[in-house]
Amino acid sequence: MRQVAIYGKGGIGKSTTTQNTVAALAESGKKIMVVGCDPKADSTRLLLHGLNQKTVLDTLRDEGEDIDLGDILIEGYGGTRCVESGGPEPGVGCAGRGIITSINMLESLGAYEDELDYVFYDVLGDVVCGGFAMPIREGKAKEIYIVASGELMALYAANNICKGIQKFAVTGEVRLGGIICNSRNVDNEFELMKAFAEELGSQLIHFLPRDNIVQRAEINKKTVIDFEPGAGQADEYRKLSRNIDGNQMFVIPKPMVQDRLEELMMEYGILN
Amino acid sequence: MLDCTPKNIMERSGGVINPAKTCQPIGAIYAALGIHRCLPHSHGSQGCCSYHRSHLTRHFREPVFASTSSFTEGASVFGGSANLKTAIKNVFTIYDPDVMAVHTTCLSETIGDDIPTIIKGAEVPEGKLVIHANTPSYQGSHITGFSNMVKGMVSYLSRATLETKKDQANIIPGFVNPGDMREIKRLAGAMGIDFIMFPDTSGVMDSPMTGELTMFPRGGARVEDIADAGNSRITLALGSYASSDAARVLDRKCGVSELVLKTPIGIRATDEFLMAIRQTFTKKVPYALEEERGQLVDIMTDTHYHFHGKRVALFGDPDVVIGMTEFLLGLGMEPVHVLTGTPGGAIGATVGDFEKEVREMLEAAGVKARVKAGGDLFQLQQWIKNEPVDLLIGNTYGKYIARAEDIPFVRVGFPVLDRSCHSYFPIVGYRGAMRLVEMISGALLDRADRDAAEEDFELVM
Repeated sequence: MRQVAIYGKGGIGKSTTTQNTVAALAESGKKIMVVGCDPKADSTRLLLHGLNQKTVLDTLRDEGEDIDLGDILIEGYGGTRCVESGGPEPGVGCAGRGIITSINMLESLGAYEDELDYVFYDVLGDVVCGGFAMPIREGKAKEIYIVASGELMALYAANNICKGIQKFAVTGEVRLGGIICNSRNVDNEFELMKAFAEELGSQLIHFLPRDNIVQRAEINKKTVIDFEPGAGQADEYRKLSRNIDGNQMFVIPKPMVQDRLEELMMEYGILN
Repeated sequence: MLDCTPKNIMERSGGVINPAKTCQPIGAIYAALGIHRCLPHSHGSQGCCSYHRSHLTRHFREPVFASTSSFTEGASVFGGSANLKTAIKNVFTIYDPDVMAVHTTCLSETIGDDIPTIIKGAEVPEGKLVIHANTPSYQGSHITGFSNMVKGMVSYLSRATLETKKDQANIIPGFVNPGDMREIKRLAGAMGIDFIMFPDTSGVMDSPMTGELTMFPRGGARVEDIADAGNSRITLALGSYASSDAARVLDRKCGVSELVLKTPIGIRATDEFLMAIRQTFTKKVPYALEEERGQLVDIMTDTHYHFHGKRVALFGDPDVVIGMTEFLLGLGMEPVHVLTGTPGGAIGATVGDFEKEVREMLEAAGVKARVKAGGDLFQLQQWIKNEPVDLLIGNTYGKYIARAEDIPFVRVGFPVLDRSCHSYFPIVGYRGAMRLVEMISGALLDRADRDAAEEDFELVM
C-alpha cells in the first residue's frame, strides 16, 4: 500500500488534481482510498458527484464516539473509498486537531486494509501546524507531491512545504516524489517549473496544461475522466497517474532561500 | 453538601457534574512508575504535572517524581520540540533514570507535537531509553492513559528474539494498587510458573522507609524483562480496559498470544486467572491456594446473612467495577446501580463494552439494575435518591453522596484520598476477596449497631 499526500498553496487545484489522478488510477484497476484533510470537506466532491458525504468530525459531533466505518467511508467513482475528515467552521476551534482525530479514528476503525493499493491525503494549504503534518507523521504517507504553478506565491508555498518535509524526512521515511505543475499559463512556465523542481533536488513529475474542460467537468460534479473520458485533458491526468505509479525518484528536498527563489523567477519569468 | 441534588432525573446532553474519572496522564504516570528506574515526563505546561503528581501522592502517600516540558506561550505557538529535547538532555544529566516515559497533555496534543520524531531527533545517552504515549484527556480517562502507556512500553521495548517461545507468561495487572500487584505475583508464583509482570508498581509506590530518599526505589518491572515479554508464550491481560490494548500489540508485534481476563476480584475471577495458568502451563493448583479458596468459601457461608440481599450502588474504574459486580453477585448482594466515568470505546482504543458486560452478569443473576459507562456522580446520587441502597462502594469522591444520603460507604478503587494503608493490601485474589468481605460486612454491621435501639443492640452478630 502506497500512501501519498498532496500538498500545495490554497486554490492551486490540489483537490481537482488529486481526484482526477485518483480517477485515472481507479480506471486502471487500482484500489484507492482518498482522505480529505480540509475543513471545507470538498476533497471528494468530484468522485462522489456532489458534496454528499458526512464528515468524520460531524459524525463524531452528532453521534458520539461510537462510529462505524460505514458511516464515514463512502464508495465513489471506480470503487474509490472516500473519507472527508471535515472540521470546524472558519474562525473557531482547531482544524489541525480535527485531522489528528480523524486519522486516528480511521486507523482504529480499520480503514487501512491491506488490499488497498493507494491512500491519497488531500491536505489543506500549507503545512501550517502539527495537525496538518499528521499525514506525513508516524510513517503514514511516505511520498509527497506538491501541486504548484509558475506564479511566485505558488512557488513560495511549495518551497515552504519542502521545509516541512525536510524536517520530517530527517528522522522519518517521508520523501518528496515530485512537483505537479497545474498550469496557469504563465510565460515560460514549463521551463521555470522544471528548473524549480530540479533545484529542490526533485523532478517535475507532470505538467498539466490549462483546459477549461476541467471547470466544465467540475460544474457537473465530475472528474474529467468521468465526464469526458475521451478528452485530451483526461489523457493528461492518465499520464500523471502513470508517472506517479511508476515513480522511482523519492528525495529529501533541498528548499531554497527566498533570494534564490526570486532569482530563479527572474531568470525564467521576466528576463526571457 | 450535596443536599441540592434533585431527585427528578432530567435528560442531560452536555456537561458533567462531579466526574467519576480523571486525566489520562495520571494513568500514564502510574504505569510508567511501574518500570524500574523510570522517570515519567509530562510534555505540557507545569500545572498538569503538578496536579498529576499530587493526586497520585495523595492516594499512595508516597513521593511521585515526574519532570515536565514546562510549556510557555512560545512552546504553544512554535511546538514543544525544543522543550522536550532540552528536557531529555537535562533529565538524563541531572536525574539519571534508565528510562524516560514521555506522555503528552491536552495542550501538546492539540498543537499536534509529533513525539516519535522529536525523540528520534533528541540526544539520548547510550544505554538510556525514551518511550512515549499519547494521552489527550479529552478522550477516555486515566484508565485510557494507563492503557496507552503500557501499549507504549511494549511497542518500544518488547522484542521477539527467539524462534520458539519461552515457557513463561506475561501478566499485565491493570490499574490496581501495589498491594494487588504483589498479590497477583504471589498467586502466579504459587502456581510455579515463570512470568513477567509489567507495569509493576510494588516496591515503588509502597516502598519502605529506609531513612534515605531515593528517586528510584528498588521495585518496578525491569526493562530487559519487558523486552523479553516478546518471547513469552502468552499474555494474561487482567482487565480489558487497562490491559487488553498492550496485549494485542504484543500479539501483533511479537506473536505472543493474548488472553484477556477480568481483574481477579472475587472467587470466580480468581479461579479463572488460576485456571488459565493451570491450562496453559499444565500446572497443578497448590494446596496452599486451595486452602485459601476454602477459607474464603467458609467465610462467605458463615457470614452470608451480613450482606445477603443487600442493595449496593457501585462506581469506579471499569475493570475494577466489572470484577466487583461479579463478586457482589457471588455474595448474593444486589448491585442495583453500577457506574463508571470512563467512556466505552474511546478513539484509538479497542476495549470491551462495560455496559454490555455488566448487564449480562446482572441479567444472569436476575438483578434489575441501572448501568452506565461515561456517567457522573451527580447521576449516581439521583439514582440512589430514586432507588435507595444499603451500601455505597467506590472511591473517596463517594463520601459526599454517602453523607448526603446517609448510607454506609466502603472505599474501593482510585483515588482513596481520605484513608491510609489501603494501597498496601489487595482486593484481588482469594485473600483480597476476604478483605472485601471484611470491609463490606464491617460497614453494614457498624451501621446496624449505630441504628439499633438499646434493646436490640447485640453483642454477637
